[in-house]
Amino acid sequence: MNLKLQIKDFTMKILVPVKRVVDYNVKIRVKPDQTGVDLANVKMSMNPFCEIAVEEAVRLQEAGTATEVIAVSVGPAQAQETIRTALAMGADRGILIQTDVEVEPLAIAKLLKGVVEAESPDLVILGKQAIDGDNNQTGQMLAALLGWPQGTFASEIKPEAGNIGVTREIDGGLQTIKLNLPAIVTTDLRLNEPRYASLPNIMKAKKKPIDEKTPEDYGVDVTPQLEIVKVAEPPVREAGVKVETIQELVDKLKNEAGVLS
Amino acid sequence: MNTLVIAEHDNQTIADATKKAISAAIALGKDVHLLVAGENCADAVADAAKIDGVAKVLKADDAAFAKLLAEPLADLVVSMADGYSAIITAATTNGKNFMPRIAALLDMPQLSDITAVVDANTFERPIYAGNAIQTVKVSSATIVMTVRATAFPAAGEGGSASVEDLTSTGDKGISEYVGEELTVSDRPELTSAKIVISGGRGMQSGDNFTILESVADKLGAAVGASRAAVDAGFVPNDYQVGQTGKVVAPELYIAVGISGAIQHLAGMKDSKVIVAINKDEEAPIFQVADYGLVADLFNAVPELDSAL
Ligand SMILES: Cc1cc2nc3c(=O)[nH]c(=O)nc-3n(C[C@H](O)[C@H](O)[C@H](O)COP(=O)(O)OP(=O)(O)OC[C@H]3O[C@@H](n4cnc5c(N)ncnc54)[C@H](O)[C@@H]3O)c2cc1C
Ligand SMILES: Cc1cc2nc3c(=O)[nH]c(=O)nc-3n(C[C@H](O)[C@H](O)[C@H](O)COP(=O)(O)OP(=O)(O)OC[C@H]3O[C@@H](n4cnc5c(N)ncnc54)[C@H](O)[C@@H]3O)c2cc1C
Repeated sequence: MNLKLQIKDFTMKILVPVKRVVDYNVKIRVKPDQTGVDLANVKMSMNPFCEIAVEEAVRLQEAGTATEVIAVSVGPAQAQETIRTALAMGADRGILIQTDVEVEPLAIAKLLKGVVEAESPDLVILGKQAIDGDNNQTGQMLAALLGWPQGTFASEIKPEAGNIGVTREIDGGLQTIKLNLPAIVTTDLRLNEPRYASLPNIMKAKKKPIDEKTPEDYGVDVTPQLEIVKVAEPPVREAGVKVETIQELVDKLKNEAGVLS
Repeated sequence: MNTLVIAEHDNQTIADATKKAISAAIALGKDVHLLVAGENCADAVADAAKIDGVAKVLKADDAAFAKLLAEPLADLVVSMADGYSAIITAATTNGKNFMPRIAALLDMPQLSDITAVVDANTFERPIYAGNAIQTVKVSSATIVMTVRATAFPAAGEGGSASVEDLTSTGDKGISEYVGEELTVSDRPELTSAKIVISGGRGMQSGDNFTILESVADKLGAAVGASRAAVDAGFVPNDYQVGQTGKVVAPELYIAVGISGAIQHLAGMKDSKVIVAINKDEEAPIFQVADYGLVADLFNAVPELDSAL
């Protein structure tokens, strides 16, 4: 008899899509010809919100709630490293859908739908946004394509038999909703603090399997629909002056900047 | 073909962010229709009809839309999407939640957080925490996008739009509202306040935020925070300003005990005047501040308070 089933009256399989992005510490540079951002030789990492998603899935597994955690990434061959990071954090296996195209969120959602249909997870946990494109779309789009409910910007999740409670970070504070399973959850910053993978776990992760797929395997056309006309530097803000005292500050705000009366 | 704007409201009045999204919608040059979906939302509908530039208000009054949950709202919008060449909403947490669901159901790409309308098909949007500005051209049959409210002026009053009742598409019941824990405050809303004073890790505790609140009350300002201050539990999550929190662009932004990480700057660097108070003269926040004061905040803020 399955030991986990003795402890929990329900268990779930979890899919976690992870994206390889420029490390959040990197100050990016726009290419002089304005065709995009210069990514040559910059440090790449797992998107921080995806790390939070992997952490949450692994915690559910450690608690006996999740039976299997699968990490999937859409991207170039190097996205393997991102999947290995997820495996080192505790995911069981990976799927790499390899493409060198910059895939738009809708096409990523269509690919993920293909993975969901093949794997039948009960829960998909995504990051709320990738810190490069800043789109904040993929999870919601996947939910739409599957006809599943969505719990976005989660700061707490409580899975139960057949449903999941999700507390969401919204503009006015916090909102709690309940979703039927299967469901989509996207992570916000306060959901958890992701672990660092230990060396033994990094070694172990090297032996975990990663399936290699292509967008064609899922019959999805990843040709971009949006045309990037150009990518430019934002207007630069010049540093102003230092003031010596509060009195000088208040005086300048009143009489120079005119923002205080 | 017309432009549809999806309104954010509290069943009484239309949110400021929506009025700003309407300005972006007007720039597309088509008739603007405003969808007000809610429960007992007659007052919000009346408010909507007065907005300048709105040709028609579409009212969907049903319990299904009480909390603007994405699942029923997306079904409603998809049922009425024919006849619209653009669907627009403000990039609030509500808009960010429901809009991609609508886009995917329509099989259309979405543009998030646009900051400028170049022409009827071309838009600007920030990427990489605002460190690059992308100009994107859309050729899809329907333009689906969210608008960064701080980048547009609010549409004025003076309109007299007609009102049309919509048939509710109901709720499939796959999601359910349980409850809310809203931050109660008499201060202005963070994203529309004229003055914002924010505290960071340097504040050391939630209790110490009272010294910022006292200044805020004298200035009629909203209080914000860095991620570090929210993560440490000093203040609630909805105070967070930045790439992954709220974007603000007030007349005056005062950063207190905030170092100025790129993720924080992404949320406030379009403020008209920036003041930084930090004890470290090397702090990156001084690179964007119009007025910098190198000082211990526990002396400087009470001094500021008594100088006002
Ligand atoms: C022609 C073209 C040029 C582009 N040029 C640029 C450019 O110069 N700079 C730029 O920043 N963007 C560019 N993009 C867009 C870039 O590819 C986006 O990052 C992409 O559209 C996904 O958006 P996002 O990562 O912001 O999604 P979000 O919706 O913000 O991502 C949310 C979550 O979805 C999941 N997810 C997203 N992507 C993947 C993935 N690949 N694999 C697995 N899970 C994923 C993750 O869980 C992630 O946390 C370009 C796109 C095109 C079509
Ligand atoms: C995925 C991701 C998303 C993020 N999103 C956001 C976001 O949306 N918003 C955001 O703000 N951050 C965000 N961050 C975090 C960001 O990178 C920084 O860690 C954060 O902004 C730092 O907050 P801080 O400036 O308050 O703290 P610190 O960087 O620790 O700075 C504290 C400052 O206070 C000063 N100080 C200390 N004591 C005093 C004193 N007595 N008097 C005067 N000055 C004092 C110090 O000199 C220092 O400069 C994000 C990070 C990641 C990875």
